[in-house]
Amino acid sequence: MEHIVIIGNGISGVTAARHIRKKSDKKITLVSAETKYFFSRTALMYIYMGHMKFEHTQPYENWFWDKNKIDLKEGFVNKINTDKKTLEFKDTSTLTYDKLIIATGSKPNKFGWPGQDLKGVMGMYHKQDLENLEKYAPNNKKCKRAVIVGGGLIGIELAEMLRSRNIPVTFLVREASFWNGVLPAQESEMINKHIKEHHIDLRLSTNLKEIKSDENGHVKSVILEETGEEILCNVVGLTAGVSPNIDFIKESKIDTKRGVLVNRFLETNMNDVYAIGDCAEQHEAIGQRRNIEAVWYTGRMMGETLAQTICGNKTEYKPGHWFNSAKFLDIEYQTYGWVFSERNKKDNEVYFQWQHPKDNKCITISYDTNSNLFLGINTFGIRMRHEIFDKWLTEKKSVEYVLEYLADANFDPEFYKLHEAEIVTKFNKEKGKNIQLKKKSWKRIFSKDV
Amino acid sequence: MKIIQKVGLIIFLIGLSIFTASIFTGSFNLTQTELDTFISEKGYKSEILKEELSKAIVTGESLNIFQFSAKVRNAFKTSNNHYDALISKYNSEKNWTEKGKQYQYKISGKPHSLSYALAKKSGKGFIKENQGLAWFLTFGLGIIGALMFIVPNVIILGPSGIKNDGVFLEAATNRGWIGWFAFIFLVTFYILLYFKPDLIVNWVYLVDPISIFISKKAASQWFLYGFLYCVVMTVMAVRMYIKYRHNKYQILRTTSVLFFQIVFAFLIPEILVRFEKPWYDFKNAFPLDYDFFFKWNLNELLANGTFGLFILIWGVILTIVVVPVMVYFFGKRWYCSWVCGCGGLAETLGDPYRQLSSKTLLSWRVERIVIHSVLIFVLVMTGFALYTFFSGASELIGIKTQIIQDIYGFLIGSIFAGVIGTGFYPIFGNRVWCRFGCPLAAYLGFIQRFKSRFRITTNGGQCISCGNCSTYCEQGIDVRSYAQKGENIVRSSCVGCGICSAVCPRGVLKLENGPENGRINPTEILLGNDVDLMNFLNKK
Ligand SMILES: Cc1cc2nc3c(=O)[nH]c(=O)nc-3n(C[C@H](O)[C@H](O)[C@H](O)COP(=O)(O)OP(=O)(O)OC[C@H]3O[C@@H](n4cnc5c(N)ncnc54)[C@H](O)[C@@H]3O)c2cc1C
Ligand code: SF4
Repeated sequence: MEHIVIIGNGISGVTAARHIRKKSDKKITLVSAETKYFFSRTALMYIYMGHMKFEHTQPYENWFWDKNKIDLKEGFVNKINTDKKTLEFKDTSTLTYDKLIIATGSKPNKFGWPGQDLKGVMGMYHKQDLENLEKYAPNNKKCKRAVIVGGGLIGIELAEMLRSRNIPVTFLVREASFWNGVLPAQESEMINKHIKEHHIDLRLSTNLKEIKSDENGHVKSVILEETGEEILCNVVGLTAGVSPNIDFIKESKIDTKRGVLVNRFLETNMNDVYAIGDCAEQHEAIGQRRNIEAVWYTGRMMGETLAQTICGNKTEYKPGHWFNSAKFLDIEYQTYGWVFSERNKKDNEVYFQWQHPKDNKCITISYDTNSNLFLGINTFGIRMRHEIFDKWLTEKKSVEYVLEYLADANFDPEFYKLHEAEIVTKFNKEKGKNIQLKKKSWKRIFSKDV
Repeated sequence: MKIIQKVGLIIFLIGLSIFTASIFTGSFNLTQTELDTFISEKGYKSEILKEELSKAIVTGESLNIFQFSAKVRNAFKTSNNHYDALISKYNSEKNWTEKGKQYQYKISGKPHSLSYALAKKSGKGFIKENQGLAWFLTFGLGIIGALMFIVPNVIILGPSGIKNDGVFLEAATNRGWIGWFAFIFLVTFYILLYFKPDLIVNWVYLVDPISIFISKKAASQWFLYGFLYCVVMTVMAVRMYIKYRHNKYQILRTTSVLFFQIVFAFLIPEILVRFEKPWYDFKNAFPLDYDFFFKWNLNELLANGTFGLFILIWGVILTIVVVPVMVYFFGKRWYCSWVCGCGGLAETLGDPYRQLSSKTLLSWRVERIVIHSVLIFVLVMTGFALYTFFSGASELIGIKTQIIQDIYGFLIGSIFAGVIGTGFYPIFGNRVWCRFGCPLAAYLGFIQRFKSRFRITTNGGQCISCGNCSTYCEQGIDVRSYAQKGENIVRSSCVGCGICSAVCPRGVLKLENGPENGRINPTEILLGNDVDLMNFLNKK
């Protein structure tokens, strides 16, 4: 029986394992150095905040793995020997494979800041980081202030976590406005405001210079690059992005750049070795995507796709239309298709934007100024239907069409206030159009024919 | 703000302590004339009982309720034992006439009920004599304190949004010592209410004036329960309004259950009583209302002319037409989390405990077995009841209808629905009864599962498997296991509370009523991955 070994039991590795099991009875071993059972990394914050216990973040009950004959091995892989098709573990045990899937995920970036390895300095990626945080920041008596370095999705989550225990937080963001490399200004500014509403000391255009130690090797303060200001703190969170967690592969014969290099079939240069998830790097970007996509959904899709190939149905990795979501404190965010920030968008891409006068709600629709083709939407504080936008993107609908049928896309809970009419009115006024909003139709929403 | 909360908590605890301590106050005894009137009103023929009761409670001594209760129950038993002895004596002598005669002397009902009825007539003391002040010191302080604890959250909780910080870090909500304490308190309360009402007669005095105001009759322990139920729901609804103030579905739903509880389950029935009509809760559908087809109820309804007949017809239509039609269009939520009283308490008082329900596959298996057994039980029992009603025979295939009814009333009506159903909130979550026991929920569930427009739609591929939805599902549905597969949630047990949708940080879930076609949508590959592959797999 063919033995499939998967390093990493995150979403990508687990998805691959599950789908291989569905299609075959190959022997499957899932290896992890982090936890025996799969848990949802995206839910780490909720454990610290007390919304859930660790066990709630495990999507499958513990008997699941046995029942599906997926072997679990705990251990850290030190070395991959592709000649002998063998893994060598830190505890010197070994494991041979017929096919190997590398799904080792990411690790937090550290940019060589002085003091970055002090006690109390941590990333927020692995379960161990969470345990560290619990140790150094259990409450606001032990941790009088925390400084977070890096204004991305994990940074703002960490800030929210610490605030849930009333720990004062200073949030250092390199950009002039929160996440404005990704978000249009309207949205980025709304988030700035919301961050402050949560009593987080947001410092924009601010870089970290160094982290200072007390006499016990514990962080004492940070020094800012721009002003030289010293901020006393007990915990420093490093959340300036992630990069593939592949140091142990560098010495093997497997080609790597920032990540493990793969082709569209997720194959590496070595026979029978594949890579998926955060750690995989495409030779060439797919469409407008990045070569390395460190998000949950793509990890899952790669797992789904690779399982096909492994089970004999050789399949190219072809992610569909881009989508993503996040939550900035209390504000939910979803995106479908491509909306680039002012900094990164091309000249033919223009916005139509709407913002609620009081509530934290806004949308940005991006479209092609020449053809009026709908390119994508960012929606804040209003939930929208994935299926509808996916269909509209596939059918290459125009921006007018999207606005006319916007009511079909709303996914907010029942009885919520609807804003489509205001949105369409604003569009008509701005663009001199006369679009009439169509009433929501179940028939259109559920028609599957594309 | 925090100080207001602390003071509120102290006031609440003082109110609760006085309420609890009031059980031990007051003195109970009767004069001979009072006792004689009572006995003749009740039509008790037992001389022994009369004698024993006179000895025991016609006394200048001031008995507390425990002593009083013990003495009355003792008299009850002495009397019944006496006649039982005679019965078995005549039995062995085969003296059938004498044996038959003895039955009229036996006292039916429960010793505690007799004791309650006597105690209600005979209490004296602070509570009885200062009902207004005593009400304020118990209910009043409790309400004021609770509101002082709850309302400052408008500010303390910060901007509106999901407020589950610390739920699993606090002893009140993570099965910690406060949870266990609440568990013991609630279980004790229900045991007293159902089985030893005489011991809480002082509480009943507290609400006498209110009862007399509404129905012109002194309160019973059921009036006390109804009133307390409304008060607790109202106060905890304020908490819901604050916690979910950004979520209109939650606000409307809470208002709806509160309205149905106060108006339909409490005021209307009491007002009916005022006009000498049968006590009836128009929204309480059979088989949750399990004694609707009992002989005594049917007789009472039939004795009430057009109005009784109207109730009878409405009760039948409610169960066989209104309930299924509404479930078809809206799902069982229209009843379970918009109308029902049990649901109403679960969604208000029980909301802080929703995360404690078990999500394992094992508990789902147990749930299906238990709830469907109760449904079968209630249907069989109703078959017996109707048979008895129409044929007049008190038993069928050698089983007495009364016995089945008593067993159901005790095991399901009292122990399951009350003691376990509510008492276990702080340990097993707030829908123990609705999930494992309620026969109406089982019935609604069938319709919801097989013939309904309701579903929880999963938003394509947006799920990140975080687990908030499953954790906060009071019915123990593993919502995530569907959402992460991109599959809609169509489950018979879903009561449509909407909390999964509220707590989902990625906007993945939406409760909605739509076309039946495509309601159940098993998928293998989620939306977002290449379309050809998806179509190939999903249509296969
Ligand atoms: C706090 C946080 C919040 C996030 N929120 C979102 C979100 O909302 N939406 C979103 O799309 N994405 C989110 N992400 C990103 C998302 O979690 C990742 O993209 C995804 O988990 C990557 O999955 P993976 O399977 O590739 O790797 P991972 O989940 O990182 O799993 C890799 C596993 O391999 C193990 N491993 C690595 N090296 C070895 C070795 N040598 N030997 C043995 N085991 C090894 C690791 O310990 C780890 O357990 C978030 C990430 C974090 C940290
Ligand atoms: S809460 Fe939302 S994102 Fe989290 S598991 Fe449930 S459906 Fe998925």
